[in-house]
Amino acid sequence: MRRFLSFRDFDWTLLAMVLLLCAVSVFEIYSATLHTKYSGYHNKQLFWIAAGLAAMFILAKIDYHWLLDWVSWAYGLCLVALVAVLAVGVPVLHARRWIRIGPMHFQPSEWVKLVLILAVARYFANLGGRRLTWPDIFKAFALVAVPMLLVLKQPDLGTALTYAPILVTGLFLGGINLRQSLVLLVTCTVLVVGVWSSGKMLKPYQKARLSSFLNPDSDPKGTGYQLRQSLIAVGSGGVWGKGAAKGTQTQGDFLPIPHADFIFAAFGEEHGFVGAILVLLLYFFILMRLIQNAQTAADLSGSLIIMGVVAVLTFQIAVNVGMVIGFMPVTGIPLPLMSYGGSSVLFSFLSLGVAMNVRMRRFVN
Amino acid sequence: MHLSSGSRGEKLSTLKLTVVQYGILLMMLALATGLWRLQVLGAENFRQLAEQNRVRKVPVLAARGKLFDREGRLLVDNYPSVSCFLVREQNRNVDADLPLIAKGLDLDLEQLRATLRRYRAAPGYQPIPIKQEVTADEQAFIEAHRNELPELETIDEERRLYPRDGFAAHLIGYVGEVSEEMLNDPRYEGYGPGDVVGKAGVEETYDELLRGQDGSRDVIVDSHGREVGYLGVQHATPGQDLKLTIDIDLQRTAELALGDANGAVVAMDPRNGEILALVSHPSYDPNAFAVRINRADWNKLINDPGHPLMNKAIQDQLAPGSTFKIIMAAAGLQEGVAQDMHVNCVGGGTFYGRFFHCDHHHGVLNITQAIPLSCDTFFYTLAQKLGIDTIARYATALGLGSKTGIDLPNEMAGVMPSTQWEMKNFHQRYYAGSTISVGIGQGETQVTPLQLARALGGIASGGHLVRPHVVMPDPNIPADFHKAVLDSFPGSGDVDFPLNPDTWTIITDGMAAATTTGTAAAAHMQGIDFAGKTGTAQVVGSGDTHVKGGAKTPNSWFVGMVPRRNPEIVIAVLQEHGDWGANSARIAAQIVAAYVNKKRMQDHNVLDQAGSGKPVEVGAVWSEPAPSQCRHAGGHQQASVLHAGHFSVDPAPPAEPRSIASSLFPVPSWLGAPTCCHPERAQRVEGSAVRTSVARVGNHEPKSSSLHAPSRPLQFAAAAPVRLGNAQP
Repeated sequence: MRRFLSFRDFDWTLLAMVLLLCAVSVFEIYSATLHTKYSGYHNKQLFWIAAGLAAMFILAKIDYHWLLDWVSWAYGLCLVALVAVLAVGVPVLHARRWIRIGPMHFQPSEWVKLVLILAVARYFANLGGRRLTWPDIFKAFALVAVPMLLVLKQPDLGTALTYAPILVTGLFLGGINLRQSLVLLVTCTVLVVGVWSSGKMLKPYQKARLSSFLNPDSDPKGTGYQLRQSLIAVGSGGVWGKGAAKGTQTQGDFLPIPHADFIFAAFGEEHGFVGAILVLLLYFFILMRLIQNAQTAADLSGSLIIMGVVAVLTFQIAVNVGMVIGFMPVTGIPLPLMSYGGSSVLFSFLSLGVAMNVRMRRFVN
Repeated sequence: MHLSSGSRGEKLSTLKLTVVQYGILLMMLALATGLWRLQVLGAENFRQLAEQNRVRKVPVLAARGKLFDREGRLLVDNYPSVSCFLVREQNRNVDADLPLIAKGLDLDLEQLRATLRRYRAAPGYQPIPIKQEVTADEQAFIEAHRNELPELETIDEERRLYPRDGFAAHLIGYVGEVSEEMLNDPRYEGYGPGDVVGKAGVEETYDELLRGQDGSRDVIVDSHGREVGYLGVQHATPGQDLKLTIDIDLQRTAELALGDANGAVVAMDPRNGEILALVSHPSYDPNAFAVRINRADWNKLINDPGHPLMNKAIQDQLAPGSTFKIIMAAAGLQEGVAQDMHVNCVGGGTFYGRFFHCDHHHGVLNITQAIPLSCDTFFYTLAQKLGIDTIARYATALGLGSKTGIDLPNEMAGVMPSTQWEMKNFHQRYYAGSTISVGIGQGETQVTPLQLARALGGIASGGHLVRPHVVMPDPNIPADFHKAVLDSFPGSGDVDFPLNPDTWTIITDGMAAATTTGTAAAAHMQGIDFAGKTGTAQVVGSGDTHVKGGAKTPNSWFVGMVPRRNPEIVIAVLQEHGDWGANSARIAAQIVAAYVNKKRMQDHNVLDQAGSGKPVEVGAVWSEPAPSQCRHAGGHQQASVLHAGHFSVDPAPPAEPRSIASSLFPVPSWLGAPTCCHPERAQRVEGSAVRTSVARVGNHEPKSSSLHAPSRPLQFAAAAPVRLGNAQP
């Protein structure tokens, strides 16, 4: 069955906002790495953005229904890849996150995110919006929990946590009722507290990282250091910022990885409150635009896919910016579309591609 | 297919999407609030933190002011040195690096740990000094380990360079790191830990002027502590140079004259209180303090029975012995008692039922005979007639029992007993019999050499007592600082205590007789109006031994002056356990000779008087060992040849008239070591002024102290001596 589709229905406004954000990203990476061994990374970022754009257009061409049909296979493949990472992955800094195939390095946990968005969307779309039963809920949990535990095992706490909002959004939009959500909330709280205090699931450094944001000065030499430097960077930026390439925290190498996880701190230092708010506004408009697309999607599965994307993006923005300003622990979650990094950029564009995909087919049914 | 077709028609409820939208809005607002809190409300605070993060203040240390003698010759200099500091600011576990640091800098690991422990309470940004005088090798080590040991920093300093062998050490003092007790003292409120501060002598008194003002460099560093640039420099203001009143030549003569004896010499100009020489022996090396002194050396210094750290000229309080008779004479003459007093000395006299000894049977004598012969019996009688309180009144008026107010730290006041003093300190009536001992400077009376010099100089000046000082009055010294010095060293200051002309003429004539026919006849010098008084002060009751240096051997005093009336220089010499006062008189005579000769040379300096341009003809007589005996010290005792000649000297070419003037001043042969064959060496010694000459102080002067003819006319090599004849001296 051929469906009519046109790039007239492609969301050019959304793309414009995304590209604007990418431009900000490239400039900030340029500024932050100017005097470091990472200088020139802005060019690499440009390459990744170009690659991401291409991937987005390609993905937009493929009907998301077809993607949904094949997602079970992709899901299976993901599990195999995650197990493979644990078995034969390249260890980097005590963690096996990467798998090498020839000259290429893959970090399967990033791709799992996209597959999970589709899988969860498909699962709840199949339920058709009826009231959820407990078995429905448990199945949804299992769907997300299996890859999540595998990623945790690497260990990569940050990425594993990004899977959670996909499930939460799915449950919420899929029709969970108040009583069920309360029960779940209590159960999760108990589980989290149990895991935390048992000391088996989380490594000590992970715990330290998670708790140090509450009191960064308690350990200024260790995990609190990055947070402290980040706070100083953002705070000293003031209202108008210190100017591009003039952030002393960024240029003086005080701010850790100012082009990647802490790029928002670097931007906040050099462009101040005004710049930071403008970027947040841009993110807000992008998210609102996506939600609007979800509303106008042709069917439930399309809406759920877009909302999955929204969930992941929102979560990452909240955790990353929250980390930079001291609201959240340091977890190593990149800021989508801003942070340097191929996997991150590709995921962002691919997830946007899926969202575009849905929008382009809103009149097709 | 897995999807049921029915589900495709379903739509998400708008309500739930709106909830999500508001959720996102809320999150964004929360983030915006966080940003507001940091960037708007906390901006100032974080800006400061960022500044501290990247700007480090590196101190630029001020060079301490130099010290010159009264003729502008350099006495204390500075030399550049590199010190190593440890900065704990960086995020490093410094403790783990200590073994490597200790190895690289050649430090004792335990000592290094102890140093760090001492600074534990200090703020993190404060650099900890761990090594002074870093060598080139160690500097290379620090440079090579910039990345591994970013906590190490070096800083350029100017260190103190004192004369060697403790020359004038007690007068100059020394510097050291400020101690914790000092930091708690309000006087040192402007000082911080690690600062260098004067701890004795002029260095302590004038520390505020000498230390200058440290500057700083605001260095921009990255998170590894590497310098990436600097913002600005606040230049250091070097400390003020000070001109001291001492004369290096006299100081040198005095130190050599005192030799190995424990004791002190003070030479002062009684007209204005300028200290010309101040010696205390044994001495110490102030350079040992400039770099932190080690414990063993310190213990050695404080346990030395000779008390090398004590400035005996102003701190040694001893019975004045017979020198006190001058004050007795002044009191007696002023009171009108002594003029017509005749006493028959039969080797002593009985007072208050006890026999008091005299050294000789002097027979009948009056005051003019009693002073030069130092007859005890005469002064016992005078003391009995005057009574303790009259004696005390005069002695106190002449500055005994109170500080002289010299601008050196920790001066001692001495003791002058009186009935009031006895009551105050011992709550009993004064025993009249004690007055007899006081009359000859024994008993409870205690004076410092400086007090004696000032008192006797004052008497010889008709009762004009001056405030001694070691730093020349200088318009560059701020008035309020000068006042602060005066206030913090309160003494009797300049005092006029007018004496009848008869009083001081009789006394000074008596003192002049002492150095010609009296007790100090051995110190007599032809052609010099030298007056003085010996003192042989018993140390422990009776039972003197006359073994020099023995514990019961009397202290040997001498106070003398030139000329006898309105003297230009007054000299007090103290030799602890030095036996007879005449021994000290000979020391004073050497200083007097040096002073007089120098004055004569300066007054008759033909070059100064001729002006420039005209050659001046100079005649000279000098002796020279015969060429064959030139090698060894033994040659000194053998015959030397006396030469005479005249020279034509052109005053124009030499650059420095001053150096010519000082070359005319006798250069003792010890200064140039083996001068006989090496005139060019002697010349170099002369040209390089203080430091080199000071370095030679350890050599000993040959016996011929009274004759100060130049051993050779040093700089006149151009003119050929005309040999008039040979003579065997």
